[in-house]
Amino acid sequence: MSAATDSDEIENTSGRPPKAVVGSHREEEEVFGAAYDPRIVRRIWSYVRPYRMQVAISVVAVLVFTLTQLAIPLLIRYAIDNGMATNGSNRSTLTWVIAGFAVTILINYAASYVQETTVGAVAENLLFDLRRAMFSHLQRVSLSFMDKTEVGRLMSRLQGDVNSMQEFLETSVMSVGDIVLLFGIVGVLLFLDLRLGLLTLSTMPILFIVRLFWLPPAKVAFMGAHETNSTANGALAEGINGVRTVQSLDRQRVNFDLYDDKAHTNLRAHLRAAKFAQVMVPIVDTLTGIAMATVIVVGGSMVLGQALDVGVMVAFLFYIQRFFDPIRSLTMQYSVMQRAMASGQRISEVLDVPVDVVDGPNAIALSRDMDGSVEFKNVTFGYRKNQPVLKNISFKVKPGETVALVGPTGSGKTSAMALVHRFYDVWEGQVLVGGHDVRELTQDSLGDQVAMVLQDSFLFTGSVIENIRYHKTQATREDVVAAAKAVGAHDFIMRLPDGYDSKLEQRGGNLSSGQRQLISFARALVADAKILVLDEATANIDSYTEMLIQKALVTLLQGRTGLVIAHRLATIRGADRIIVLQNGEMVESGNHDQLMAKKGLYARLYNMNYSSFDDIPDELVAGAAPIGKAT
Amino acid sequence: MSSEKAESAKGRATSFAKISGRRSSPAKTSLEHAADAQWGRGLSTFVRISRLTLRHPWQVAITIVSTFIAATLQLFIPRLLGRAVDQAHGVVSGGSGGAAAQNALWVTAITLLVVSILRGLFTMSQNYYGESVGHRTGYELRLAFYEKIQRLSFSFHDKVHTGDLITLGMLDLEGVRMFFSTGLVRVVLLSVLVGVGAYLLISTDLVLGLLSLSFVPFVAWRSSVTNISLRLTWNTLQERLSVLSRVMEENLGGIRVVRAFAAQEHELSKFDHSSAEALELAHKRVNIRVSNTSAMNFSFLAAMCLVLWVGGNKVIDGEISVGTLASFLTFMTILQMPVRQLGLMVNSFARASSCGTRLFELLDLELPIKDAPDAKDLVVTDGTLRFDNVSFTYEGAGHPTLSGVSFEARRGETVGIVGPPGSGKSTLVHLLPRFYDVDGGSITIDGQDISKATLQSLRRAVGLVQQDSFLFTTSIENNIAYGNPWAREQRIERAAESAQLHNYIAGLPAGYGTIVGERGVSLSGGQRQRLSIARSLVLKPAVMIFDDSTAAIDAGTEQRIRSAMKRFAKDRVNLVISHRLSSLMHADQILFVEDGRIVERGTHEELLAMGGRYRALYDLQVRPGDEPLQTAEAS
Ligand SMILES: Nc1ncnc2c1ncn2[C@@H]1O[C@H](COP(=O)(O)OP(=O)(O)OP(=O)(O)O)[C@@H](O)[C@H]1O
Ligand SMILES: Nc1ncnc2c1ncn2[C@@H]1O[C@H](COP(=O)(O)OP(=O)(O)OP(=O)(O)O)[C@@H](O)[C@H]1O
Ligand SMILES: [Mg+2]
Ligand SMILES: [Mg+2]
Repeated sequence: MSAATDSDEIENTSGRPPKAVVGSHREEEEVFGAAYDPRIVRRIWSYVRPYRMQVAISVVAVLVFTLTQLAIPLLIRYAIDNGMATNGSNRSTLTWVIAGFAVTILINYAASYVQETTVGAVAENLLFDLRRAMFSHLQRVSLSFMDKTEVGRLMSRLQGDVNSMQEFLETSVMSVGDIVLLFGIVGVLLFLDLRLGLLTLSTMPILFIVRLFWLPPAKVAFMGAHETNSTANGALAEGINGVRTVQSLDRQRVNFDLYDDKAHTNLRAHLRAAKFAQVMVPIVDTLTGIAMATVIVVGGSMVLGQALDVGVMVAFLFYIQRFFDPIRSLTMQYSVMQRAMASGQRISEVLDVPVDVVDGPNAIALSRDMDGSVEFKNVTFGYRKNQPVLKNISFKVKPGETVALVGPTGSGKTSAMALVHRFYDVWEGQVLVGGHDVRELTQDSLGDQVAMVLQDSFLFTGSVIENIRYHKTQATREDVVAAAKAVGAHDFIMRLPDGYDSKLEQRGGNLSSGQRQLISFARALVADAKILVLDEATANIDSYTEMLIQKALVTLLQGRTGLVIAHRLATIRGADRIIVLQNGEMVESGNHDQLMAKKGLYARLYNMNYSSFDDIPDELVAGAAPIGKAT
Repeated sequence: MSSEKAESAKGRATSFAKISGRRSSPAKTSLEHAADAQWGRGLSTFVRISRLTLRHPWQVAITIVSTFIAATLQLFIPRLLGRAVDQAHGVVSGGSGGAAAQNALWVTAITLLVVSILRGLFTMSQNYYGESVGHRTGYELRLAFYEKIQRLSFSFHDKVHTGDLITLGMLDLEGVRMFFSTGLVRVVLLSVLVGVGAYLLISTDLVLGLLSLSFVPFVAWRSSVTNISLRLTWNTLQERLSVLSRVMEENLGGIRVVRAFAAQEHELSKFDHSSAEALELAHKRVNIRVSNTSAMNFSFLAAMCLVLWVGGNKVIDGEISVGTLASFLTFMTILQMPVRQLGLMVNSFARASSCGTRLFELLDLELPIKDAPDAKDLVVTDGTLRFDNVSFTYEGAGHPTLSGVSFEARRGETVGIVGPPGSGKSTLVHLLPRFYDVDGGSITIDGQDISKATLQSLRRAVGLVQQDSFLFTTSIENNIAYGNPWAREQRIERAAESAQLHNYIAGLPAGYGTIVGERGVSLSGGQRQRLSIARSLVLKPAVMIFDDSTAAIDAGTEQRIRSAMKRFAKDRVNLVISHRLSSLMHADQILFVEDGRIVERGTHEELLAMGGRYRALYDLQVRPGDEPLQTAEAS
């Protein structure tokens, strides 16, 4: 580190922008296109189909509801013109009209009740159905998809997008009503008086034209508000999830400023959107005013000239007040539909993620009595095209044997174990478990026979016992305790406030890393599988505890096959065979003594395990260099 | 009402109170009681929200004035319409001559047009400024929330689920933000419409006036009750949905575990269980909501029916004109919307109350760890670190996590720490950057107690590679520069080189620009650890801590990392926690921690000679095949 270039630059002295962002990059953004995409509608329709009866009922109900709405001004008109002439003889007509009115509003009440309950319930169901469809699909999609997809993004589909589908369903039923109302009003006005009707309706095209100009920029503004919302929220979520790292690296100040930028952009976008939304208010009010003025002047003159009943004029005024409502709500529903299409698109995207790793048509269940052998035959595999991570690997693990995988970091050990479980499919070659190609086995049966302790211990919110038992719900408390004792977790579990029933915080945050690892180790033991894969299962555990575990496991693992990955070579000294990987290639294999005699990579790694840098001769360091010419 | 439901609603409402150490009232059994509690506490919340709102006095004033004018103008419309009807109708009932009536109609029409336009403009201004105040308040709250969250100490974050915090920062904040435009402004609007409107109507015709307003109290009562109950079930629903999202989130985050155990069915049944619970409540809410809207609608129409009937008879009797009746009826249509919105207004109050209480509770939390009033910047001179009889216990833990820990280290020295899982090693080093404060004893750097130093200077002086590396979803470069975003490229590359990661990164198609995923899924375990080592190497702390940060790295790579860091290590105190003894055998001092105490200490040779626990570990690692058990048990 030369002092010249290494000025302390934690403050922004150079005026350069910081290399920092908050919130993740989202390359894929809101697809915001047509309000109607037949493909998506068909897709979503398949989820609505089970409820088509209810949807039909609510459509009928909404029609009835709309008709009663339309009828009310007509009834008023009739009452005025035929029931209230001043000669007093019309009281009975008025009473009849009132009776009709009462019946209408009862029907209106019933229709609105039926419509809203059915559509509300169906929409809720649709929401939950879609969510479940996605969630259960995600249980099957390949891990390579999950690896590159942020949890947050999937969560927003599982939560946000399903909501807009719910909204969509409610809205579409309502828009049926609105369309009928609109045409109904037009029809009734023309029917009541053609000339006055036409004159009054002439304001409608103006509104359409205004809307036409208004919509494109308004849409952009609304989308902007929506997008900046999700970016700001993404940044907030990141800040919450990574808060420990933020504090430890003292990034609060920088993050705050970056977040402030996003929040402020969000504020501006919202204000802009509000401007666009509100500018329509006076326009609609003006047009309503013009229409009413027309009725007053033209209609009034006609009434004066006795060319029109006064009741018709009153009815006109009533209709005009309601006239712009359906137009307004239809345009609003238009954007709901657009949003729904975008959401539908994203939902379909999730539902359409191909399930690459599927049970073959003739897949057989791996039986419990299989021998437990594992074999790699010329396996080549990688995550990205043309970048193989494992190259032509072949080895065989006999039943009951314990084989260790060692090698520099990034050499492909974890990847190899993932293949045993068929997390991914190989590019070339074969992985055999119990003598069967894993692609010919059902995944569930394979999963039952291969238990893994993963390199990252992941625990669920819940009690200790729930975590150890996990999906083996039939495992007894004794089984759980036995497993915990075998891995030496029993003592610390008993010291927790409620023993095995103590609640673990999110991801086991109230335990130490080693303790978490012990629990996930115990979880693998309870799974009681024929093959046990331990990927750095004791990396965060001291050798003494590890030795106790190994002793306890001797009996537990009798007759089981073990695949062990470890960097601490003492961990694997009991292995029957050691396979050394480097850069995805298998470079050596044999037992400890054979490999030591060979003086190859293993011997070098082994020696380094027991020296420290002060006394490594420089040649050794140099000689070690190719080891981790890190992949 | 099941008590479980009320429990959970309450649980959420009070969880922050518990954390801040305040006691909440004993368990309530019904939703009503929960409501009482919330209303009681709500008062000061409203005061606070109003005060926040008033930070934008001009906009608030414009909004209120606009609302007032718009509502008043709106009241003119029914009158004008009624007058027009009478003017037109006048001839039939033997009124004035044609031309005069025509003119009168024109005047009314133009007045109406002007009133409509003005009403539109003022409504626009009311809505726009109302929203503007809301968004501005929301912006301020957001920043306050973000800042608070970033500063709250580990002990807070240990207990609160991240999902709940996210809900608080999004939904609850929204509830507070919307209060002005959906709550306060509506109060003004409604009081003008109903108050002035009632006066106008009743002064025109007492009976008809009362009849036209007859639906108001019913609707007001119904919708308030409904909305309060919707609000309360909303809290419960929120609670259930948060369980559901936790199930989903943990499933997706722990997808490898799920797959490894072929536990998809199990996970689906967990999902179905929480989903069914949420759905049931959602259905219930739909029913509450719907029966309310239909009833409100009905009562409105029924009132209209009565007005028409009674009014019709009055017209027949010649007591009022058709125009007056029409104006009553139009007035009712105008009133219908805002009265219905009364429910929303009540909802807005209830929402602001519960959301605001939660939000303010969080914003009000005392930072347990903050700069002391007389805090000074830490001045590192010799770089001597001293733990003096330090003890510490996690909140809620039954027994001390650390007790009587003392040691000292000077610049250039390395202290190795070993011990069984859960012995307190990570806890010990987490006290140094003050993630937690010591319960007893003291930690000093160059004689300055760290609790008297400013947090910023302290945390800059302490570099920590955490046991679990959290990587941000951004480029590798940004991740390495996380602690020092202004670091130059060479510095970043050098850090990556020292961490033995440069070659790997350089081989990636996008190099340093490669985006690494959430918790770094697409990197191998060792690559992730090396990335977080590199992250610390761009800093120049006085104390550098490696918490088991080479566990997933092979010995060869680790050797090279350490030899690359040799010069780096010379300028600071190094604390190295490791289970691999080769990593720390040349430390100047090795501490063996067990049950929160230092049970052995010394150099490698001294500890070996001592023949205790360390010796047992050593034998296990160095002499494969031997039986070191006796030695270990002897200790
Ligand atoms: N999901 C993934 N997507 C893309 N690349 C990956 C993924 N997982 C691992 N890799 C890459 O594949 C290579 C092998 O990784 P793997 O996890 O198998 O290594 P490893 O031998 O287990 O290393 P370590 O000892 O550090 O855990 C690495 O270069 C890694 O970056
Ligand atoms: N956030 C927490 N809240 C409550 N208890 C905790 C918390 N973190 C750790 N503990 C407990 O404190 C004790 C010490 O934990 P610590 O993480 O310091 O252990 P460690 O020595 O680092 O272990 P490891 O080698 O496994 O990393 C453990 O018993 C653990 O369960
Ligand atoms: Mg690995
Ligand atoms: Mg630890």
